Amino acid sequence: MTHADAPRTTHAHTGRTTHEYEMVVGLEVHVQLKTRTKAFCSCSANFGDPPNTNVCPTCLGLPGALPVLNERAVDLAIRAALALGCDVHETSIFARKNYFYPDLPKGYQISQYDKPLATGGHLEIGATEKGGAISVGITRVHIEEDAGKSLHDRFRGVTAIDLNRAGVPLIEIVSEPDMRSTEQAGAYLRTLKQILEYMDVSDVSMEEGSLRVDANVSARTRGDSKLGQKTEVKNLNSFSGVERALEVEFARQCALLDAGDTIDPQTMLWDAGTGEVRAARTKEASHDYRYFPEPDLPPLILDRARIDRERKDLPELPSARRARVRTEYQLADYDVTVLTSSPALADYFESVARQHGDAKAAANWVMGEVLAALKAAGQDIAHVAVRPRDLAELLNLVRDGTVSHTAAKQILAVMMRSGDPPAQIAQREGLLKVSDDDALRRWLDEVLAEHPTEAERFAAGEKKLQGVLIGAVMKKSRGSADPKRLGQLLAERFGT
Amino acid sequence: MTGAPARTTVAQIISSMRAASRSPTDVTKAALARAREVDEEERLNVFLARADKSAMNAARDLDRDARARETAPLFGVPFAVKDNISVEGLQVSCGSRILDGYVAPYTATAVERLRDAGAVLVGKTNLDEFAMGSSTENSAFGPTKNPIRPSVVPGGSSGGSAAAVAAGVVPIALGSETGGSVRQPAAFCGVVGVKPTYGRVSRYGLVAFGSSLDQIGVFGITVSDAALALRCIAGRDELDATTADVPVPDYLGSHPEGSEGSAVSLKGLVIGRPKEYFPKELDPDIAKLCERALDRMRSLGAEVRDVSMPHTSLAIPVYYIVAPAEASSNLARFDGVRYGLRVPGDDAGLRGMYEATRSRGFGAEVTRRILLGTYVLSAGYYDAYYRKAMQVRSLIADDFRRIFSSGVHVLFTPTTPTTAFPFGARTEPYDMYLSDIFTCTANLAGVPAISLPIGRVGGLPAGGQFMAAHFDELRMFQAAFALEAALGPEAHA
Repeated sequence: MTHADAPRTTHAHTGRTTHEYEMVVGLEVHVQLKTRTKAFCSCSANFGDPPNTNVCPTCLGLPGALPVLNERAVDLAIRAALALGCDVHETSIFARKNYFYPDLPKGYQISQYDKPLATGGHLEIGATEKGGAISVGITRVHIEEDAGKSLHDRFRGVTAIDLNRAGVPLIEIVSEPDMRSTEQAGAYLRTLKQILEYMDVSDVSMEEGSLRVDANVSARTRGDSKLGQKTEVKNLNSFSGVERALEVEFARQCALLDAGDTIDPQTMLWDAGTGEVRAARTKEASHDYRYFPEPDLPPLILDRARIDRERKDLPELPSARRARVRTEYQLADYDVTVLTSSPALADYFESVARQHGDAKAAANWVMGEVLAALKAAGQDIAHVAVRPRDLAELLNLVRDGTVSHTAAKQILAVMMRSGDPPAQIAQREGLLKVSDDDALRRWLDEVLAEHPTEAERFAAGEKKLQGVLIGAVMKKSRGSADPKRLGQLLAERFGT
Repeated sequence: MTGAPARTTVAQIISSMRAASRSPTDVTKAALARAREVDEEERLNVFLARADKSAMNAARDLDRDARARETAPLFGVPFAVKDNISVEGLQVSCGSRILDGYVAPYTATAVERLRDAGAVLVGKTNLDEFAMGSSTENSAFGPTKNPIRPSVVPGGSSGGSAAAVAAGVVPIALGSETGGSVRQPAAFCGVVGVKPTYGRVSRYGLVAFGSSLDQIGVFGITVSDAALALRCIAGRDELDATTADVPVPDYLGSHPEGSEGSAVSLKGLVIGRPKEYFPKELDPDIAKLCERALDRMRSLGAEVRDVSMPHTSLAIPVYYIVAPAEASSNLARFDGVRYGLRVPGDDAGLRGMYEATRSRGFGAEVTRRILLGTYVLSAGYYDAYYRKAMQVRSLIADDFRRIFSSGVHVLFTPTTPTTAFPFGARTEPYDMYLSDIFTCTANLAGVPAISLPIGRVGGLPAGGQFMAAHFDELRMFQAAFALEAALGPEAHA
């Protein structure tokens, strides 16, 4: 018993060689479904509202209240399951998972147990640096409700409970133990997140807790076909945390095996701060959940037509979109990968490309200026102020010579702030390309006066200084001067 | 006929107000006065909370409501509700210390519907703690006494509601059934009690005990009182996913209000008499009253057919696995965290608080069933107990399906094997459990059932029970109307 009870910590990078062992990983991912209301009542499922404001008798677990299933949650769950290649069952059963915890108002969680919504899917992972492409089996996808949140640091000395999250719909996606490295686990998570994003079933934000991961990990001697004893690693709060935690836990297991010890089937908690895993107290880990069919909800019966309808209306999967974007816009693989990394970005790019016509230019601007500006502003593409129509219009202005490339960048910066149309900004800020010779000559005179040495050297035949001089004019004109005409005027002036 | 308090039926109350000799305020005042009297003077301990203020407000609103006077089927009729059903602004104690101080912030659908029908709630009635018991002796607030004879139990768990009707406080009351908790006290108190088909009445607002068995039921002085009340509360409710979208027929259609006492033909009705419900342990006097009732129905044209329901004897063991299993989960929410009693534990920790609160808050019978239920759901025991019990449960339901598809329309049985017993007479839990031997089958099978008075044994009421096929309450009521009319005053003698 002391064996299981003693907290055990293992540091990363113990330096031990573990090449003789193979890591085996299966992941359990909880995903909050993007519904307006909760799974079993009509309370708002919105994240971030003041504590305990989105609650009612049902999600508070008041005596006598009953659950009523949110059909929208079912639709989203079906969609996710289909996207993962699962078999969606015409009959699934809700079950109660019983355990005591202050943020679990009913003393049980409504979940699904021996008859889940869907089983038998798979997820394809592209090649990683450490290995080729693999297919990870999806054991099951089931619907359940979230618990509330325990706030341990909000008030001194007491734990506070926020039940806004209690009853928010989740799906749990359980993988087969098909991953063999931390890289594969990371790739699985990124691929899964992207698919769920494309299916528009969840916000899939680990920061907001709409995607949560538990990992089952074991070690076995390379070449063994039998699985080793697994442990469950919890409290993983980022993708990189998952990878680090798996590495540390694997190293801990390898060290035990090397020492001739056995692995206890226990729950390990990851501490991102210290980079350690520690064993959860045995009591926390040894729940008997006493599952039984939820008598308050009839079996979930889905007729074939409903499943088929979801299948037919399934949004484009990331792989399909990548293939289409590649051929439709004739882009390089790297560009395709970046532009389709999220459905919002892909939508944005495609909209700009279609309205502007030159896909390559659209790709360059979106990947370059737009993403850089968003990154600088800490925004994401879903909330960008520049409408695709306006960006396409800006690219049109560049193409037809109305504004220079330099001016266009300045216009875009204003567009990012104000959302105004580009022509209006160009007009207002005097950024239309100036081809009027009088104006250009005036700027040119000023520049030559300001740079007498360069002017002299240019006149003496040092042609490479043309760029410097024209650049100075461009700067003076805030990008509006027509550089081509400037070149001609400069040549005229010095009779070259 | 000893100790029979004056009672006024729904029909009598309605007609007294139709004649405009009385107003809803008059009726409500009288009911509230009688409620006070039974508890403060007769010390029957019927009500755990009275709703004097809200009742008078509702009555005054009705006084001014000319339209409701014409259309509301229960216009101004006072009713009582078992204190495990939520009514906004009133306590829901469930007869337990653990809900100390809890006031419901919402109203149960069934109560809402009775109020919509014009009825006026006068109070919340006593019960065995969390509806677990057959005598009200398990109430944390003391037992209710039987208005017919205060030295015996009123039955349970809905003993307070049965007593409220029997004592003439109200003509109708809501109770709840998990395994006979309406019919058994109805039989003990000499009133009518109905357990509807599972899914017929919304459970929204009923504090759950065994969710797959629980139904809100109704008490009435007469069959038509109960039928009228059921008609008002029955039907699909969006707030209870287990309610059925099955039309609610007019149960009184063939039996207009006020026609009690006139002979009704039962020609064409086939009544099953299941031999398993007439065992040698059955009180011979109750058996005799049942045979008399069957004779009366034969003479009204019914065919009585001997039938067998072979799995009947398994009902009590199955019931005492399924109901506690569900209860162990349903009662987990009473943990001291959000409402009700909270007792800090010795170690100030969470676990200590849970243990102290639940040990102090729950009585012995509730604790016993939580432990039993936790055990049968535990890993390694689930298959041997819960799964097997659910399999046997479906065999019991098959017994009913088979009988009702063989041409039998209703079953007639005694409601209980004995009449009401003295307080403290049944200290062994299993002896107490046997009070429900004839009633818990209907809960397990989900079929509707009614208990009505069929006479007295040694001055105490005996009940006869009809059971019918799922959602065939209409036929069940027709048979009950006929028997009630045929027995006339003998039902209470």
